[in-house]
Amino acid sequence: MSATLKAYARRLLPQVAALAVILLMVSLAFPGFFKLEIQNGRLYGSLIDILNRGAPVALLAIGMTVVIATKGIDLSVGAVMAICGAVAAACITSGYGLAMTLLITLGTGVLCGLWNGLLVAVLDIQPIIATLVLMVAGRGIAQLVTEGAILTFNHPGLIFIGSGSFLGLPMPVVIWLVFGIAVALVVRRTALGMLIEALGVNRRAAMLSGVSTGVLLIAAYMLSGLCAAIAGTIAAADIRGADANNAGLWLELDAILAVVVGGTSLLGGRFSIAASLIGALIIQAINTGILLSGFPPEFNLIIKAAIIVLILVIQSPRAQTAFAWFSRPRAAAAGKAGEEAK
Amino acid sequence: MQSPSSYVLSAVGIDKVFPGAKALDRVDFSLRRGEVHALLGENGAGKSTLVKCLTGAYRRDGGRILLDGEEVDPRDTLEAQQLGIGTVYQEVNLLPNLTVAENLFLGRQPRRFGLVDARAMNRRARALLAEYDLDIDVTAGLSAYSVAVQQVVAIARAVDLSGKVLILDEPTASLDTHEVALLFRIVRRLKERGLGIVFITHFLEQVYEISDRITVLRNGQLVGTRETAELPRRDLIAMMLGRELVGEVGSGHRHATTGGDVRYRFRAFGRKGHIRPFDLDVRTGEVVGIAGLLGSGRTETAEILFGAERADSGTAEADDRPLDLSSPRAAIREKFGFCPEDRKVDGIVGDLSVRENIALALQARRGWARPLSRGEQDRLADHYIKALDIRTSDREKPIRLLSGGNQQKAILARWLATNPDFLILDEPTRGIDVGAHAEIIRLIEELCGKGMSLIVISSELEELVAYSSRVLVLRDRAHVAELAGERVTTGAIVEAIAASDGRAGT
Repeated sequence: MSATLKAYARRLLPQVAALAVILLMVSLAFPGFFKLEIQNGRLYGSLIDILNRGAPVALLAIGMTVVIATKGIDLSVGAVMAICGAVAAACITSGYGLAMTLLITLGTGVLCGLWNGLLVAVLDIQPIIATLVLMVAGRGIAQLVTEGAILTFNHPGLIFIGSGSFLGLPMPVVIWLVFGIAVALVVRRTALGMLIEALGVNRRAAMLSGVSTGVLLIAAYMLSGLCAAIAGTIAAADIRGADANNAGLWLELDAILAVVVGGTSLLGGRFSIAASLIGALIIQAINTGILLSGFPPEFNLIIKAAIIVLILVIQSPRAQTAFAWFSRPRAAAAGKAGEEAK
Repeated sequence: MQSPSSYVLSAVGIDKVFPGAKALDRVDFSLRRGEVHALLGENGAGKSTLVKCLTGAYRRDGGRILLDGEEVDPRDTLEAQQLGIGTVYQEVNLLPNLTVAENLFLGRQPRRFGLVDARAMNRRARALLAEYDLDIDVTAGLSAYSVAVQQVVAIARAVDLSGKVLILDEPTASLDTHEVALLFRIVRRLKERGLGIVFITHFLEQVYEISDRITVLRNGQLVGTRETAELPRRDLIAMMLGRELVGEVGSGHRHATTGGDVRYRFRAFGRKGHIRPFDLDVRTGEVVGIAGLLGSGRTETAEILFGAERADSGTAEADDRPLDLSSPRAAIREKFGFCPEDRKVDGIVGDLSVRENIALALQARRGWARPLSRGEQDRLADHYIKALDIRTSDREKPIRLLSGGNQQKAILARWLATNPDFLILDEPTRGIDVGAHAEIIRLIEELCGKGMSLIVISSELEELVAYSSRVLVLRDRAHVAELAGERVTTGAIVEAIAASDGRAGT
């Protein structure tokens, strides 16, 4: 068991280290960064802000990790966020109860995922193309739902999801933490994780071994749709309205980035939801950090890009080999010999 | 040896080593002027490796290539082309979106004032194709024409560019009878013009129809070069499949014939375009061998039995109960297992560990909600690593880092872990080292002894004869013979494959 734990720690080490370095750097530029205070029974502070602002990308990253593990990609999540935000606003303003509204909203997200999954698994369309369809069409659908306007609402229950708090933490943080842990547990405590990895590495071999590859693929995209629906609900609840044009805009790219920074390969196979969640936090920490440290805002995107390039370089196979060579020259040589034997 | 001048191309002692395997082992090959020389061998025998060494697509690791008696060393296909060696592949490597004329003159278009002279190009293209009796609109896109016409255009381009040696790599694989006839007419004409033509195919009728000499490769080694007219079909198949002592090998101990009752009955089982309907009975504790040349329907038979391709006719029964073989998943529920021929593509899940690869099929059958605990997986993996002697530093090593033989054993372990009643092995010993080879054969006999029903496909006839109680012979995607008892000998199998009763020319 301890060996498993050790392997787990080794897997997450680069992401945790990168996050720590970024937080330290921000705290140098902005001394009050680590300060936390409690007001009205709720925690406040920059760290909490990162957790809170990072909620949509963190949620998207959960589903995106599983989709990418199947050797796929889901470009539609940003648009699905917009659709689901619009659906939530439309339902609540037309008088449905909160439970019914959430049910319909999450159901819409799952349906969007089902559509993507059918295109990929049944029609065998390349995932990037299949999900591009909904990425383009989704905002149009959202605009149809909101009838072109920003649909505002003031239902206290729905607003609570965006700005309420639970056990001292903002609701969005509670939601992504609980959902992330739940999905990670389900995937790793059942055989789903291994079957998804097998499917991602070699779909035909998995199919010939009796893995129901089609069902798994569709389920992965449905999970991604569900994650986007939750993220869309939070985003809408946060601004108390559904903005079909801007809700979730470009967030699919942040989610993919979070997964990649988390060390899951776009070629499918091995994945870690925890690492992707840390990846999402890294991205948000960079965003928040740049704002806090008082750089002119026009530098933001460039600095963000530079930091991400750095993280990716450190994670790249070449750099990894170099590190291994520096730290354990003998072991590295043995590894190379093993490869040649292949 | 004849005087060097009669050979347009000769290769002496060609070696090619890939990591972990010797693809060509001192292979000699010589091509006369004005002959069609068939290059034959099973999958992985080294045909395409040899061709790629001749055309510079691969760098050879040893040996000499003589063109017109002079030593040449083409570094890439372009240089080989300029030297006079042109190649046409099965998948036409032209540009379908360009016109016929543009394809013929790509990279060397006639120019006028620095611009492409389209009229001159089209005129020359028509003149060039007229030599091949091909009167088509050269300004139309290449994709507008059939594969056969595209082949001819590719040949015309290759001959026009090179003009000494033409290598045809499975040119007839996707052509119908008439198109093959058209192609052969052109090949004969080129032969009369003095070109040396290398013809790679696995259609033996075509070999006898068109070739003057035959060279056979097996496992990267030269088996021999013969005059086609002096090589009976039976001997050719023996060269391709068996060792020299054809007809002598029969199995001494045939415990399997005394095996149990017929358990599995397949009746008129088949699928259009894959394998003609066949009947098959398999007993408990019996190995049924499947023999045939490449493309005869061996793998298709395996795939249909396992549900990888769904049968569209016939019935399958076990113990008088209908079997559901509609998908691999369904077949696995019926306690079937299948080790595919192409281990790397269809078998291993490369990035996953040996442990996960072994547990995969059992886990898939149990379903995602009933996971094998890590402890159970470890026990399973350790058991089979020991039982099958899988050489790996530890069970967590990614399976792609193992050698071919050990990968094969791990895939076998994957199926043994599901405790199957019916196991299909497609070329279980291909491309693995001698030690692992013997162990896998021993394992097959052991499983059979335990009462499992096995179907084994192999192009190693001695091997098949040694462990099979019956051998099915396939030809042209149909089951043509079943040999049992005393008749299971390599000689009888070769005879059955060679018998060409009333077949068309393709």
